[in-house]
Amino acid sequence: MKGTRVQTGKYFMMGNTACAEGALAAGCDFAAGYPITPATEIANRLAERLPQVGGMFLQMEDEISSIAAIIGASWTGKKVMTATSGPGISLMLENLGFAIGVETPCVIVNVQRGGPTTGMPTAGVPADMVQPKRGSHGDYEIIALCPASPQEMFEHTVLAFNFAEKYRVPVFILSDAFVGHMREEVVIPEAGRIEIVNRKVTEIGTDPQKVKGFLDEDVAPMPIFGRGFRSHVTSSCHDEYGKRNLSDLTALDNFIRKLSDKILKHKEDIVRVERDYEGAEVVLVSYGAVSRAAKMAAIRAREQGLPVGTLRLITPWPFPSEEIEEMARKAKKVIVLENNLGQMYPFIKAEAACHADVSFLPPRVIGEIQDPEAILNRIREVMK
Amino acid sequence: MSEIVHPLHRFIRPYVTSTTNCPGCGNGIAAQAILRAVDELGMTLDDFIFVTGIGCSAWIPSPFFDVDVLHTTHGRPIAFALGIKMGLPEKKVMVTSGDGDLAAIGGNHLIHNARRNIEMVVICLNNGIYGMTGGQAAPTTPMGLKTATTPYGTFENPFDISELVIAAGATFVARWTTHHARQLTASIKKAIQKKGFSFIEVITQCPVQYGKKTGSGSAVQMMKEYKEKSILLKEAAKLSKDELHGRIVVGELVDKEAPEMLEEINRMKKKVAGEKA
Repeated sequence: MKGTRVQTGKYFMMGNTACAEGALAAGCDFAAGYPITPATEIANRLAERLPQVGGMFLQMEDEISSIAAIIGASWTGKKVMTATSGPGISLMLENLGFAIGVETPCVIVNVQRGGPTTGMPTAGVPADMVQPKRGSHGDYEIIALCPASPQEMFEHTVLAFNFAEKYRVPVFILSDAFVGHMREEVVIPEAGRIEIVNRKVTEIGTDPQKVKGFLDEDVAPMPIFGRGFRSHVTSSCHDEYGKRNLSDLTALDNFIRKLSDKILKHKEDIVRVERDYEGAEVVLVSYGAVSRAAKMAAIRAREQGLPVGTLRLITPWPFPSEEIEEMARKAKKVIVLENNLGQMYPFIKAEAACHADVSFLPPRVIGEIQDPEAILNRIREVMK
Repeated sequence: MSEIVHPLHRFIRPYVTSTTNCPGCGNGIAAQAILRAVDELGMTLDDFIFVTGIGCSAWIPSPFFDVDVLHTTHGRPIAFALGIKMGLPEKKVMVTSGDGDLAAIGGNHLIHNARRNIEMVVICLNNGIYGMTGGQAAPTTPMGLKTATTPYGTFENPFDISELVIAAGATFVARWTTHHARQLTASIKKAIQKKGFSFIEVITQCPVQYGKKTGSGSAVQMMKEYKEKSILLKEAAKLSKDELHGRIVVGELVDKEAPEMLEEINRMKKKVAGEKA
């Protein structure tokens, strides 16, 4: 099995390792990164595995150069990834905007930890949930996936690559130290059973003057380097041909809107939620590791005859507003569970509050997952 | 009357009709030196990928050169270039950038890629000032000079960027001024052919933000000054440090052999493949 891209089989595997294997299965050729807890195992695994399949991992001088190097490699047609934690993402944010602005497929994994600042690196806290959406400057949309198990670390990484390639965008995996360091059964399917998407590339031989390589809501073919397209790729405001325009505000308007619409127009294809609230009066809304506690609390509540359901956000971004509103119409009470001070809560409340009573339940201590018993207590409280 | 066309015009992107550089800027001399070097080597621009950051000298190939160009964020072009070289090792990757971009905000990438000795050419247009933003002090601004952000004169020691890159491990390092267009072209040719990290520092005039504000004069006056102050490496070796004060040592400062990163990676990959079999 050593040296093959897809390590088909059933494993007892760490989430971070499963993430690296997912990247390989998705076709990752190049990765760059900088060591950081609790994400380092991804880099370690990629450094070992990528050269076995003809790819390469580079340890860079910092996270700024890590994301820069993968963006550069993506422009040569490679599938690329970097993995880090909150402090590393903070350093990457400027070049995240670059990747969005020049429409570069890449995958960025954030195995989140307790912040702000250096915080507590080994604590599993989804501390950076809004950062990918609002962290880089300017208006933009982003795709992020929120795995809740090592199996999903594998599956979501494959999906992240597929979204990145399909929409020519950076895609985030918002994991955390809980899920990244969790060891569970991971089933890696046969290569032929894994759906792989490859980006559209400008046809060789296209007249360089006629290459419309940017700003198409339905995703322009990528005029990758080294194939004679003579692409001018600039993060300055540009038109569909990549031509810089620094004076016309309508060009800026087009630049901002087209990049965002590329994601917003295809929300139906991208947004993923897990619904289990048929007939429920109380719905627990959560994501990531906390969704496991929510699920358990819902099962126990139902055993006790309480009408409780769950809604799990698999893609916090683009924000599943329609899905949340639809849930709120059917529920009476909505309890939002997050292992932080409520980062997604204001967004969820904004969609749900006109139809249901919405409240927030943090864990007893940030970094602990909510105790299902505590969730049950809150359910009883809101049902009074 | 027949139309006179510049012999290097074929390298210019067809839709580009004017330059964004100020009158007297040294960028044009560097741009011509690069294109002459490519031409004299019998290569075409399609053999290259150009990468730039932010600042006036980032605009040398972007959008002017009719070739794949990645115009990136401030200070990071070398990091982007590394990724491009990893993906297209058969192409020549060239970065043009300024002293602010490479030695201030991007200093870390400069020294680490010199250390890696990855094959690429980095051309640093060193004008000793932040030109695009209106004449602020750079890490290369001479001590005591009055700039927009040091109205009472700078109080910091300047960098010698070439010495920095040499210390970091670059295998080809040359320094010329815009007065030395032919020598510069010859060094760029060598840099392109070098299997390793090549760095060329071009001392260049910014007559608008440096010349006017510091009293160094017009572009012509500044270039005359470069001519007077320059001393060839061979001659400089005969002088003491004190005697060299205020002089610009020009020439090919380093041309040595060291393991190149991509070759080392290929060696490693072969070893890994062997283990697999």
